[in-house]
Amino acid sequence: MAEGSGPALDARPHDCPGTGSDEAGKADACQGCPNQGLCSSGQLAGPDPALEEIKEKMKTVKHKLLVLSGKGGVGKSTFTALLAHGLAEDETTQIAVLDADICGPSMPKIMGLEGEQVHQSGSGWSPVYVEENLGVMSVGFLLSSPDDAVIWRGPKKNGMIKQFLRDVDWGEIDYLIVDTPPGTSDEHLSVVQFLSSARIDGAVIITTPQEVALQDVRKEINFCHKVKLPVIGVVENMSGFVCPKCKKESQIFPPTTGGAEMMCRTLNVPLLGKVPLDPQIGRSCDIGHSFLSEAPNSPATLSYRNIIQRIQDYCNQNSPQEEKTI
Amino acid sequence: MEKVEEEKGNLAGVQHIILVLSGKGGVGKSTISTELALALRHAGKKVGILDVDLCGPSIPRMLNVQDRDVHQCDNGWVPVFVDKDKSIALMSIGFLLEKPDDAVVWRGPKKNALIKQFITDVTWGELDFLIVDTPPGTSDEHISTVESLRPFKPLGAVVVTTPQAVAVGDVRRELTFCKKTGLRVLGVVENMSGFVCPHCSECTNLFSKGGGQELAKHAGVPFLGCVPLDPQLTQSLEEGRDFLQEFPKSLAFSALADIAQHLLAEASICSS
Repeated sequence: MAEGSGPALDARPHDCPGTGSDEAGKADACQGCPNQGLCSSGQLAGPDPALEEIKEKMKTVKHKLLVLSGKGGVGKSTFTALLAHGLAEDETTQIAVLDADICGPSMPKIMGLEGEQVHQSGSGWSPVYVEENLGVMSVGFLLSSPDDAVIWRGPKKNGMIKQFLRDVDWGEIDYLIVDTPPGTSDEHLSVVQFLSSARIDGAVIITTPQEVALQDVRKEINFCHKVKLPVIGVVENMSGFVCPKCKKESQIFPPTTGGAEMMCRTLNVPLLGKVPLDPQIGRSCDIGHSFLSEAPNSPATLSYRNIIQRIQDYCNQNSPQEEKTI
Repeated sequence: MEKVEEEKGNLAGVQHIILVLSGKGGVGKSTISTELALALRHAGKKVGILDVDLCGPSIPRMLNVQDRDVHQCDNGWVPVFVDKDKSIALMSIGFLLEKPDDAVVWRGPKKNALIKQFITDVTWGELDFLIVDTPPGTSDEHISTVESLRPFKPLGAVVVTTPQAVAVGDVRRELTFCKKTGLRVLGVVENMSGFVCPHCSECTNLFSKGGGQELAKHAGVPFLGCVPLDPQLTQSLEEGRDFLQEFPKSLAFSALADIAQHLLAEASICSS
């Protein structure tokens, strides 16, 4: 490997059924794979040894949060970045962001780290640091050009996520925030499964007010229930827009079915807050700056800060069981 | 030759297949798919929509058919017809769920199997256009859809973006996907391009402006136009009012009609 270049991605056949599958070693795609013998032997059917390694790695990580949404483009990555920036304002708090959106990694751009590369050290891959106490890991750092597409099926994406959790030298971390792609599929199942033994504090669900978004978000909340992931609460983004000229408010994505508020009441999950649409948020993300410090007095900033505080309170009350350390 | 016809099966009567793609979620793929179907219908065409977004199917609601069911017949699944004239047909996983809030928690292989079934087993009948709406990304759904459709020679892909750089970054990757899989890019659409305040008519670029056009230029593919954010249309899509009636009155209509014209022209070149 050339010095300074990203770590090699592990090669698997295009249609690998996954080592845990019944088809492992037996599918058409397994013909010619160097691991075919191992997979078909059935030895891999037991618990994945990586789970234990990840559990060990996560011992130095106090809180683990997932940012989820069934719907795309509602502001998961924006919220992840702002939550990280907000928490990192306290210099004694160590924050790590893991971008689990393998096909559409936005974190490098939003964090102003585009073009950065991951380096390898004796203890694993080093995250890329925005500030001393804020590290980021994303598949975006492993690509050689912004045009590179990650055309991978599920098993390969899962392998990448496993590597991120097991092989990154995260160090002593107060908060690990995992940003996810939209949906309820491979990436989500893998993150939850790999972190299951390490205890996830919970998930923050992001939505926008319109029913077309909410119908996907309800599915995501159902997903959380199915995999027994606690829901910390719901954030409603793009909630109303105040015209900069006439100062009157319009609903760009009208909450025709009562918005997140109604959904939260029906599903009995907390609403963490509503954030109005401010065109400056998008502009700050595009240039990789923190909106919180660029527009400290915007109503959106105040709302974000309030939400961040609530998440922090939740985590503090929900601290790792002290009895284990006795 | 006969064999080829036979292999085409349920897609034999479909003239042109168009995929709607984006690397980014929430940029309006389903909205554009729905609206393009409406615009093509307006131009007198018969249109089918195949929704391969298995984890987040949105089109049934947008066309106000979320309560309908798919039926089986000898040749496969009968799609849901949106209107009495049967000019728009739709197939979506949304019709197969027992409860609308059921989460489809599936890994890749299961999603791929259903997509293959969607492509071979839906009895579309005679269609001028089949629009395939996809989830965001460049993964299982996309690879399977493009692979399964390859024998039917799709006309190409309409790639949707919003103007801001963070979205354009993901959409660049989608264009690479098209290039790698040999899928022709019919053009890039910039959606949510500007919002006109209903109170004072001031236009605000909520997600900045011009990113789609720049991307198309950079990638050397056609730019199909900007579609403004139109709360009236969002509202009518949301409430299931009669969009077939309301759609031609909306602000976004002229932009979408132009895109539909472009696609019709492409299709006629392809057929001749």
